[in-house]
Amino acid sequence: MLLEVENLTRQFGGGRTLTGRRPVVHAVSDISLSIDEGRTLGVVGESGCGKSTFARMLVGLDQPTSGSIRLAGHDIRGGRSADGRPLSATVQYVFQDPVSSLNPRKTIRQTLTAPMRHLLKMDAGQRERRLDELMDAVNLRPEFLDRYPHEFSGGQAQRIGIARALAAEPRILVLDEPVSALDVSVQAQVLNLLADLKRELGLTYVFISHDLSVIESISDEIAVMYFGRVVETGPGSTMFHRPRHPYTGLLLRSAPVPGQRRIHGEPKPAELPNPFDPPPGCAFAARCENARDDCRASVPPLDIATPDAADPESGKAHVACYHPLAEKPDKNAPPTP
Amino acid sequence: MTAAAATAKEPPRARRPGAWALFANNRLAAAGLVILVAIVLVALAAPLLPLPPPDITDPANRLIRPLQEGHLLGTDQLGRDLLSRLLYGTRMSLAVGVSATLVAALIGSLLGLIAGYAGGRTDNVLMRGIDMLMAFPYILLALAIVAVLGPGLMNALYAIAVVNIPFFARNIRGITLGLARREFVDAARLSGKSNVAILGTEILPNVLPTIVITMSTTVGWMILETAGLSFLGLGAQPPQADLGSMLGEGRKLLFNAPHVSIIPGVMIFAIVMSINLVGDGIRDLLDPRLRSGALARPAARTAVNRESVADAPREENANALLALEGLNTRFEVGDEIYHAVNEVDLKLNAEDCLGVVGESGSGKSVTAMSILGLVPTPAGRIVGGRVNFHGDDLLSVPLERLRTLRGGAIACIFQDPLSSLHPLFPVGEQVAEAIRAHQPLSKEEVRQRTLELLQLVQIPNAEQRLSAYPHELSGGMRQRVCIAMALANDPEVVIADEPTTALDVTVQAQMLRLLNRLRRERNAAVLFITHDFGVVSEICDRVAVMYAGRIVETGPAEDVIHAPAHPYTRKLIDCVPVLGEQDRQLDAIPGLPPAVNRLPEGCAFADRCDRARDDCRVGNVELAALNKEGRAVRCLYPLVEGAEGSG
Amino acid sequence: MGAYILRRLIFAIPVLFGLTVIVFAIMALIPGDPAVAILGSYATPENVEKLNRDLGLDKPLVQQYVTWVGNMLQGDFGRSYSLNRPVLDEVLERFSATLILAGTALLLCSVLGLIAGIVSAVRQFGWADRVITFAVLIGISTPSFWLGLLLILLFAVTWQLLPASGMYAIYGGGDLPDLLKHLILPAVTLAVVATGVIARLTRAAMLEVLRQDYVRTARAKGLTERQVIYRHAFRAALVAVIPVIGIQAGFVLGGAVYIETVFQWPGIGAMLVKAISTRDLLLVQGGVLVVAASYVLFNLLADVAQHMLDPRLKL
Repeated sequence: MLLEVENLTRQFGGGRTLTGRRPVVHAVSDISLSIDEGRTLGVVGESGCGKSTFARMLVGLDQPTSGSIRLAGHDIRGGRSADGRPLSATVQYVFQDPVSSLNPRKTIRQTLTAPMRHLLKMDAGQRERRLDELMDAVNLRPEFLDRYPHEFSGGQAQRIGIARALAAEPRILVLDEPVSALDVSVQAQVLNLLADLKRELGLTYVFISHDLSVIESISDEIAVMYFGRVVETGPGSTMFHRPRHPYTGLLLRSAPVPGQRRIHGEPKPAELPNPFDPPPGCAFAARCENARDDCRASVPPLDIATPDAADPESGKAHVACYHPLAEKPDKNAPPTP
Repeated sequence: MTAAAATAKEPPRARRPGAWALFANNRLAAAGLVILVAIVLVALAAPLLPLPPPDITDPANRLIRPLQEGHLLGTDQLGRDLLSRLLYGTRMSLAVGVSATLVAALIGSLLGLIAGYAGGRTDNVLMRGIDMLMAFPYILLALAIVAVLGPGLMNALYAIAVVNIPFFARNIRGITLGLARREFVDAARLSGKSNVAILGTEILPNVLPTIVITMSTTVGWMILETAGLSFLGLGAQPPQADLGSMLGEGRKLLFNAPHVSIIPGVMIFAIVMSINLVGDGIRDLLDPRLRSGALARPAARTAVNRESVADAPREENANALLALEGLNTRFEVGDEIYHAVNEVDLKLNAEDCLGVVGESGSGKSVTAMSILGLVPTPAGRIVGGRVNFHGDDLLSVPLERLRTLRGGAIACIFQDPLSSLHPLFPVGEQVAEAIRAHQPLSKEEVRQRTLELLQLVQIPNAEQRLSAYPHELSGGMRQRVCIAMALANDPEVVIADEPTTALDVTVQAQMLRLLNRLRRERNAAVLFITHDFGVVSEICDRVAVMYAGRIVETGPAEDVIHAPAHPYTRKLIDCVPVLGEQDRQLDAIPGLPPAVNRLPEGCAFADRCDRARDDCRVGNVELAALNKEGRAVRCLYPLVEGAEGSG
Repeated sequence: MGAYILRRLIFAIPVLFGLTVIVFAIMALIPGDPAVAILGSYATPENVEKLNRDLGLDKPLVQQYVTWVGNMLQGDFGRSYSLNRPVLDEVLERFSATLILAGTALLLCSVLGLIAGIVSAVRQFGWADRVITFAVLIGISTPSFWLGLLLILLFAVTWQLLPASGMYAIYGGGDLPDLLKHLILPAVTLAVVATGVIARLTRAAMLEVLRQDYVRTARAKGLTERQVIYRHAFRAALVAVIPVIGIQAGFVLGGAVYIETVFQWPGIGAMLVKAISTRDLLLVQGGVLVVAASYVLFNLLADVAQHMLDPRLKL
């Protein structure tokens, strides 16, 4: 395992104030995931599910309240990887908003050389060679190097964001909604670029998105998050054909597909539970058709799903549900090609 | 590939006018600068000029009026030459004011940077201290400091500087706090930069304009305040002259020799005013929001300047509910003209749902907002076409008639429900307002109707939610309120501008379900703006695809999606990953859409199209009918062979 | 709401406490011996020592501070040596005169500033906007103490329309019309700068608000332009302007120092200037404290008003 996450939890608030304690919010609760070298882990969820907090902890921009993150077996709590180099030399991050992740008053050259200078301690000559390689890798012309961020379109800026992440020669890229701010035609360019880079450089991706179809198209493994927890994991090739957690099922039923009239939105308006007063049981129970008393009593653990005769990969699926969706193929699931 | 070939296709780099040109364009600021430079030069040159020494008394020639031989501005009560004293006093006042500004800016900015970047306890301690200084009425603290240090010009300088530190600290802290949370700071951290390096090389360059703005807008004030302390006798001590002390001494002679106090006053006024003018100019220059002219107030309706207008709708639109004919809307920013909407024809029949699909910048929202004149003017301007509603041209009806249609027969739902709702009014009140604007109902009837509407859009506990404020509701609930507001007066047409884009996918599904039900129950026609063909399939009967301000294809939604005729439509559908088709290679569209201020001749998509031939790049490609089901495409080589006569 | 006001009042206590510390520290830092200042430089060392003992100045600073605050809490601010009367009596008498002047000026500048700002924004780039913008520019660039002199010269000396100085006529005055007549010039002079600042900010706030999405929504609902501007836009702009009025109150209170000197208004500002030049430190101390404390309370009011107008701020 290249990257292992165990019982990762992040709370916000909870400090003492003059008038008492501030309320605690669990942004991320008890996440355990792992990923092999060269694979892509897709993390999907809606706003408020904690996926960005999770991503920021992976690169050290945020510190977990409890739990551990291990990189090639080495705990990264000190902000350094096993070889003593800073964590960011191994794990890098691509931001959602490509324009705001670039300093408006710095040229692209200044932005891209910073990691080479500070993390890799390269000399000027090495840096120049590396700059050329990078711009070539993300399909941008070298004369862009001396321009400022406002001169670029969103898609170009995101390529620069990716180049900045690659400049540190990392093994893992954490991509936090890297294409959601882009128009669809540009989104495809960036997704294809990411696929090429992964193949050429042997990178490992943790890809965060709210878009099911993007996640499905890029992931080897998928984790679905809801209200700070992982509710289902499984192989990317099969998970969305055979959802086990009712929330995964709802997500699939909610995603529009061109050429099909298939959405079955929930009949009643449904919302996330109050984060200051989370329910004792499954957070999805209030919206769930399958929910029974045990769901409301305690949080279901993420367990290996019951094997599925029709699905040879079913042994890899985990689901946090006492009453997962039945085995029969869901008539609302997307059609197999 | 040669460099020339590489750059040939690139549109010319957007060149911003130089800072100096912009500043000189601002006539007031330029005038201020001229005055200020003149004053500074004369003040600096004072020792070189043939002037009597400023402090030499000559009681024989006291209180000479201005414009006398040898004493251009006259003399004061001790017979000292006023012109000389004025120039030396100006030197002194300028020097003290500028020094005080520099001291305050340096210390204040440093405190602000540290507090804003460090956050937490450091921020708390520093800012509480600053608040404590701010708890004193401005000049009072300066008085207290002078009381301690004793009167004197240097002490006045310190006092004024200390009093102004909080302004810099608070301003800079605010900016720094915002910047420290920006993603590029995280990016710099991930590039291995230390905190000191981030503060110095990432944040400081972005804070610098604010420091300069604050300095340029406060230096005049500080000169004024030091003059004030001297005026009270607490600054410059005799015989040393600064402008304030001259004024203070002159005050005693106000009734018999007013020129002694008026002259230094005019000088202070001239200095402060020219500095304020220059300061405003600098602020406009460095504040990009002001520079783009974004602060112009939008008029009640979009400006309409059409060269010629048809008298009546076209024949085919005679019975249409809503029909756009040759709509042209553009934005005029400086010398640039952005052709946002070009010759757009759209037809919406009763109870129809028409989807308008396009990427950002395609002109789909501007088209929709043009209908009710909601495109902001200045910048926006409708320069051609008709908008027919029941045959009337909405672009020429009087404002009062347009107002009764807005929210009445034609209602709007916008993309971001949080920013579209007024943050300071309860949502019930906002819905009620929409009812009251169109129906003369009693207070109780309005309340009843509001409640019904909120229940109609399935807001739980509607009665309690009447008094809730928008920030207390979730995104989905807010959008439900917006829908309720749109339905308040049983509209015939609902214009929905990306109403689900800002929402999560499960909430979007709830919302589409609701919209679909309501439009059928209420027999409303819907113009649905979106970028998502999946959403179009869900809710629309017909679809129009826009690219670079033009409609490139239109027809029944199902037909267009299953067999697109325009290469752009085909690619737009194919470049989106589809659930359940994991292994498909995404067919990305190379390049970028053309800038709408530099639209190419011919087909705007030609440069990105693999089917384009030479004739695609000349002339005007017409939107031609493809078959009898109302399909039409703007392409010389469409992907679907249709009826004759196309191309 | 009540709970919020109570909480704000409780939070004002440390601020007031901080004020006393700052004022005390400033006074303690004064170079030289206060007793010498009081008795003059010809005083005998014995007298100086005795006075220091009487004033408690031979005790450690902390003890001095505690005694000082303790006395103040009992209403004893000490005795002004130059006036030979209790500091508190003098300060309160003077402060009420300042309140009349500053209160009038604040009212003037708030009303005029808001109106000018709205007109300017609504008629953006029209002649009214140009005139107002230019007047504002002149207003904020004019030294108020000089403007006061000019106004005296014009209205009192040349045209003899209004009294030049004082609060009441020396003979036969003392009624309200008399007070108002004396109030006009100084109040207007004091209000000019603040009016300019408030007008500028109101204009900017209105223009900012009028571009917001919710104003477009208001128009799309079919509200009249009057409702859009005076109900929707103005309400939101007011939330941004109120803190500025709070800050301007500080400028007006401080500016009163000049205006009272120019117009010989018997207020606390003129008193402070005199007290500083005569080095009557107890009087300075008391005066500064009372003005600062009242400013803190006023800002508290501005805060409460803002919270009442803006539900997004947590109560």
